[in-house]
Amino acid sequence: MTELPKARIATASLAGCFGCHMALLDIDERLIELMKLVEFDRSPLTDIKTFSHRCDIGIIEGGCCNEENVHVLRDFRRNCDILIGIGQCAIMGGLPAMRNAIMHSDEPLRECLEEAFITGRYIRNTTHNIPNDPALPLLLDEVYACSEVVEMDYHIPGCAPTGDVIYETLSSLLAGKFRGFEKEKIRFD
Amino acid sequence: MSTFRLTIDGVEIEASEGQTIMDAADAAGIYIPRLCDHEGLRHQGGCRVCTVKANGRSVSACTQPAEPGLTVDNETPHINKLRRDLVEMLFHEGNHLCPICEASGNCELQAMAYRLDMTAPTKFPYLEPCRPVDASHPDIALDTNRCISCGRCIRASQDVDGKGVFGYVGRGIHRQVAVNGPDLAHTDADISDFAISQEVCPVGCIIRKRQGFARPIGEREFDRNLIGHKINGKRDD
Ligand code: SF4
Ligand code: SF4
Ligand code: SF4
Ligand code: FES
Repeated sequence: MTELPKARIATASLAGCFGCHMALLDIDERLIELMKLVEFDRSPLTDIKTFSHRCDIGIIEGGCCNEENVHVLRDFRRNCDILIGIGQCAIMGGLPAMRNAIMHSDEPLRECLEEAFITGRYIRNTTHNIPNDPALPLLLDEVYACSEVVEMDYHIPGCAPTGDVIYETLSSLLAGKFRGFEKEKIRFD
Repeated sequence: MSTFRLTIDGVEIEASEGQTIMDAADAAGIYIPRLCDHEGLRHQGGCRVCTVKANGRSVSACTQPAEPGLTVDNETPHINKLRRDLVEMLFHEGNHLCPICEASGNCELQAMAYRLDMTAPTKFPYLEPCRPVDASHPDIALDTNRCISCGRCIRASQDVDGKGVFGYVGRGIHRQVAVNGPDLAHTDADISDFAISQEVCPVGCIIRKRQGFARPIGEREFDRNLIGHKINGKRDD
């Protein structure tokens, strides 16, 4: 029997806490089974920063809070056949989207940054400045879910999803058998 | 009392006069999803999550009287899609960040979303309203970001506690639940009120201070079972 070519997977962490990437490792020893079927391309796990080939699956953690996130997400859409959002941040903005609910003033972003860096009660910022190094990506007006920026194919809910759910979803997708989640396994936390 | 029969999803059940469709279904061990209705409280018929088709007409099962010979559709893909839309709109109307919510795992709204397969983003926009947190009371806090205006606290306070701590203000989309005073500390709300008890607020809006996150992940009510399991369980026994 000839071996099937391995599926190429790329991953990225946008406006997330890296918890979903840690959860990928919670697959534990089944990672060995999974690695027989896949190989990783661009990903913080491989430290490869650009696509070397077109990928079958792109896994995105986090939504978009700055222009770099948008750029990376679009690059993933261009280079991956299937794009999977993993975790509540990718699905609905998650905790970073808390700032959206205070975005109803005339200058919401300025207010948010001033509170975070200058006026907040617990701030110890001796420069009294909002960081503005040119290397810092510009913040977006709001935090956006991935599906608001590009077309997403699948979402794995959770914060973070368990290793079990990630493993089952990835392996059933690879086998072409994914039919949605068992209700008992859906979690938003 | 006269009893009669009706069918829910093809199963014939017994009902008696004065029962709603939901009462009869509960007694027969058939769960109809619900959020604003709660055992021991007067029916309100506000959330419409309990919508069923009774002889082809959409009605709220918690308020519609059971009738002889009625044919009720409950768990159909079409009805569950409507219910999921309603639940999604409740999520989008407030600010629901489950990962940091102390109701997570015990929350009926979240559990309903699980039951109804709410796993992907939808067409509805997030309203992301600016809503206050009232932490004035020594034992109780209100995080109105999570309130779904189900009115359960209003009915519990009025009808069970005989107090009237909570009430609706505003109309339409602006209708909100408010307290009868400048803040909760200036009402006669007490931690021992039924309205404040864990079973009344289906979400994480009414918070009993110093009691959150007591049960670890994996042991919370809806970590173990889908919402409705108690009623469905009656049938399996
Ligand atoms: S979903 Fe949760 S675990 Fe995943 S990146 Fe967001 S905050 Fe972190
Ligand atoms: S109230 Fe329920 S749905 Fe809302 S954030 Fe808390 S757990 Fe999630
Ligand atoms: S505070 Fe809780 S019980 Fe009262 S209306 Fe809001 S969600 Fe319902
Ligand atoms: S449970 Fe019937 S309308 Fe809310």
